[in-house]
Amino acid sequence: MHLDHTHGGPGAVSADARRADGSRRALRIGLGGPVGSGKTATVAALCRALRDERSLAVVTNDIYTREDAEFLLKEAVLPPERISAVETGACPHTAIRDDISANLEAVEDLEDEVGPLDLVLVESGGDNLTATFSKGLVDAQIFVIDVAGGDDIPRKGGPGVTTADLLVVNKTDLAPHVGSDLGRMAADAAAQRGALPVVLQSLRSERGVADVADWVRAQLAAWTA
Amino acid sequence: MSRAALLVLADGRFPAGGHAHSGGAEEAVKAGRITGAASLEDFCRGRLHTTGLVAASLAAAAAVGVPAVELDAAADARTPSPTLRLAARRLGRQLMRAARATWPSDELDALAGEFPKGAHQPVVLGVAARSAGLGGDDAAHCAAYESVSGAATATVRLLSLDPFEATAVLARLAPEVDHVADLAVEAAAGALEQGAGALPAASAPLLEIGAEAHAGWAVRLFAS
Ligand SMILES: Nc1nc2c(ncn2[C@@H]2O[C@H](COP(=O)(O)OP(=O)(O)OP(=O)(O)O)[C@@H](O)[C@H]2O)c(=O)[nH]1
Ligand SMILES: [Mg+2]
Repeated sequence: MHLDHTHGGPGAVSADARRADGSRRALRIGLGGPVGSGKTATVAALCRALRDERSLAVVTNDIYTREDAEFLLKEAVLPPERISAVETGACPHTAIRDDISANLEAVEDLEDEVGPLDLVLVESGGDNLTATFSKGLVDAQIFVIDVAGGDDIPRKGGPGVTTADLLVVNKTDLAPHVGSDLGRMAADAAAQRGALPVVLQSLRSERGVADVADWVRAQLAAWTA
Repeated sequence: MSRAALLVLADGRFPAGGHAHSGGAEEAVKAGRITGAASLEDFCRGRLHTTGLVAASLAAAAAVGVPAVELDAAADARTPSPTLRLAARRLGRQLMRAARATWPSDELDALAGEFPKGAHQPVVLGVAARSAGLGGDDAAHCAAYESVSGAATATVRLLSLDPFEATAVLARLAPEVDHVADLAVEAAAGALEQGAGALPAASAPLLEIGAEAHAGWAVRLFAS
């Protein structure tokens, strides 16, 4: 056996920062979170905000349809060849954490076919509060929850809320209607996350995705520095 | 050979993409051919003695050193459904990634270079087994077992079938899995002398037809 073996050639195996041809691969950011919290809407808004600055692509992980990919196509946030859908076999967290090969292949195929890319956004299928992305798949992850899912979610914590590189509390416009206390959500999130950042956003507001887009720009700057 | 290496390769959690595939079980459930443990057992038995035997023979042949390019062509010839050929190559590519990370070898690198979008999964499985220091018998057992275990796991999810019952189905099939692996090892020995054309070509037409129908569904849980 060749335990000191180094890899080259097509389909290298790891999360190496360099592609087989020596160029730097795209930064990969994962977006996870419960069903319906606004992951696809955030991806769409990020594409609109960043597509004139950077070369982008998106991988969606739908659970039993292609709806997320189709929504992004219908909204024309990116040309169709920059959007790829992965099928997850009833287990969205497996495809982003325990067995990431299908997602890695989708990312690499996008880089081969429409590259060079600066950023690939990987949206997980809606899942539970423990679903996080493998470090072998993404370089940073955003966990998206919403105010309508209950204002006690930040307090409950769990790997997504506690460890994601960015926590987004979405749909703040709905807070008065569902009786969620934004101040309490922000305080609980800060208590769970220490120094890790939190953004409260409403995609229905004028500011929209601006704070998350700024965070992504900072990640991109660090990646290419 | 290392028995523990075989356990690593055969583990259902080996990260090679199998979890997203049902081995035709999703289509068979919808068509009413799998409704519980008994019909799951019938389905798996049919799969084992047809595509399972072919997959096990290809894997054993690759593991004992029949040229992979020749075996890949033989696998194409034994898989009428374009959908299943594509799925087999996808899974082969995913297994290749996992195998190169776990048992790096020049042979795996060469195969990846030859088939950047993936060789047929059983062929990659055989070469992976070789890289892990395993033999044709081990590769055949892995492929034969996989040919039924994937469908059983998928059925647990699709029908909310009692997981104990599904596992008991696999246990009841174990002697037949051993038998199919023996046949595959013999066939691989034949292929070493006479080429890949000597491998079995058993097929399950309903699995091929079902796979084509399944690929057209708008809503499905599994990729195949
Ligand atoms: N009011 C309000 N609605 C929002 C906001 N963001 C998203 N939505 C809506 O919430 C619904 C779900 O949004 P998606 O982006 O599809 O959510 P998702 O997390 O991708 O959902 P899954 O992929 O199914 O888990 C849609 O109807 C969106 O228009 C927001 O900030 N405010
Ligand atoms: Mg979505």
